[in-house]
Amino acid sequence: MSFLQLQGVSMGFGLPGRRTEVLADIDLEIEQGEFVAIVGYSGSGKSTLMSILAGLLRPESGRVLFDGRDTPEPGPDRGLVFQNYSLLPWLTVYENVALAVDQVFSNLSPAERRSHTERFVAMVNLTPARDKRPSELSGGMRQRVSVARTLAMQPKVLLLDEPLGALDALTRATLQDEIARIRLAEKQTVVLITNDPDEAILLADRVIPLTAGPRATLGPSIPVTLPHPRDRRAIHGNYDFKQIRHEVTQYLLKARTRHRTTLTRALVLPDVEPEDITHKSPPMFGPKGRARRRNEVKTETVEVSL
Amino acid sequence: MKPSWQRLDFLLLPLLGGAFILLLWHLSSHSWSGDLPDPAKTWHESKPYVLEPWAKRGELDQGILRFTMLSLWLVAKGYAIALIIGTPIGFFLGLSPTFNKAFDPIIQILRPVSPLAWLPLGMVLFAKLKGVNVTELAALFTIALCSMWPTVLNTAVGVRAIPTDYLNVARVLKLSRWKTLTKVMIPATLPYMFTGFRLSLGIAWLVIVAAEMLTGRPGVGGFLWQQYNALIYEQIILCILTIGGVGFVLDRLMSVIERRFKTA
Ligand SMILES: Nc1ncnc2c1ncn2[C@@H]1O[C@H](COP(=O)(O)OP(=O)(O)OP(=O)(O)O)[C@@H](O)[C@H]1O
Ligand SMILES: [Mg+2]
Repeated sequence: MSFLQLQGVSMGFGLPGRRTEVLADIDLEIEQGEFVAIVGYSGSGKSTLMSILAGLLRPESGRVLFDGRDTPEPGPDRGLVFQNYSLLPWLTVYENVALAVDQVFSNLSPAERRSHTERFVAMVNLTPARDKRPSELSGGMRQRVSVARTLAMQPKVLLLDEPLGALDALTRATLQDEIARIRLAEKQTVVLITNDPDEAILLADRVIPLTAGPRATLGPSIPVTLPHPRDRRAIHGNYDFKQIRHEVTQYLLKARTRHRTTLTRALVLPDVEPEDITHKSPPMFGPKGRARRRNEVKTETVEVSL
Repeated sequence: MKPSWQRLDFLLLPLLGGAFILLLWHLSSHSWSGDLPDPAKTWHESKPYVLEPWAKRGELDQGILRFTMLSLWLVAKGYAIALIIGTPIGFFLGLSPTFNKAFDPIIQILRPVSPLAWLPLGMVLFAKLKGVNVTELAALFTIALCSMWPTVLNTAVGVRAIPTDYLNVARVLKLSRWKTLTKVMIPATLPYMFTGFRLSLGIAWLVIVAAEMLTGRPGVGGFLWQQYNALIYEQIILCILTIGGVGFVLDRLMSVIERRFKTA
């Protein structure tokens, strides 16, 4: 049996009548030590799939098997790097990482925990910013804190939800190399979600396209046989690389041309601003929605292909 | 470069506004409102209370700061009770939809009830207890009950507004219930809680005057009511100005604290 496995997983949101079926019939098998990349369009359900893998969402049908257990509760053995960082804004960089370290390594002495935390803050080059709050950091720095927090938990499987999305090309390349290095050194099992086929092929043993939603499903997995460690400069001229890249994009494009539509959805941006207290409506009888946050009062209309 | 008087307008304009009100007051007392003492008389009669603010000549004849301290002490106790009871209730309302459905209608009905209505109930409630100061308990009951609601409701809103992401972090880390509460939920709710605390303090200070009037306890409000009954009107105005000034200072202090937590 595989290390991490999805069997016939389907997921949708909303009540009957105005439901969106996001994922349908997802089957996925990941072996221990494997690096799998899932590539898909924006809004196709990648983060939903990741939440299911992490145990944060229960699939409406189908099963999640992890390390021999059936649909287990989330825990630090499945380390998720959230797409929107999810740093706690009242804690400093160091404290955000330390919160995870203190929880996961409660058996270590305080001094050992401190040096462990320092090591992972240093790994993402944030030692100079260790006492800053998330609101004082750039988007890329926040993402690195989030990566450091998850790596510091030393999870059995690393779940990366577009972890490098907000980074500039240079930092992105550095962190890609860093992920590849950690993975080789620790024989880490990794699931990476990305919208960049190049990144997927550079890092992964296997690339799986996710078709556009609704009812998104995984395509055939495409093995990447290029040997590790891979050199990003050499690889671009490589024949296999071009073949795989072609295969991935062709599959996604083919699935895309089925039909088109537009949708409007609320954009939930990374949560770094404090709550907007002035916006709350006075509570009356009956159920109340939660107060709006300033950064949620935004919508985007996008054309998506279905 | 602005002319120099314009750079001082933050000082000059309020002074002008104050002078205008003094003039209106003076004219009123000399025209249509014969019983209203004019500003000069008010100051003259208030002098003993202001210039000797800590004097104690009798139970209801004390310096104005002494009265203020008595009132503040009572408010502090009532306010503390309001926060200690109100914050957990707010958390329960925010956390449990069932709890919210059960108690929200009652809260909405109790919330607008005036302190003047609660106080008699407080007197009745504690009347049969032995060895306690019934009027003090009734006053505390009234202050706590009236000032609790902003804390309750803001805390509940704050708890509901905790981003799911933060709770997901707690779930991935497998934080215990207690740690989730102290490390994630309370810090995330603090800005809302402090807005509630500030509004509650304002109400507590409003209620104190009514409570003291009805119970005749020594304090700014009790003094005001006694002087009114004794037909000494000058010190009523002194009391009003004191109450306003103290309320303003309290609100400023709470705003400073509140702002500290908002940026956190
Ligand atoms: N909690 C929810 N309630 C309702 N609808 C949801 C919820 N979460 C996700 N969706 C919907 O599911 C679909 C997929 O969302 P998801 O966040 O998984 O996309 P994604 O592939 O991660 O997108 P992106 O690349 O932009 O991160 C979207 O249409 C979204 O509106
Ligand atoms: Mg996503």
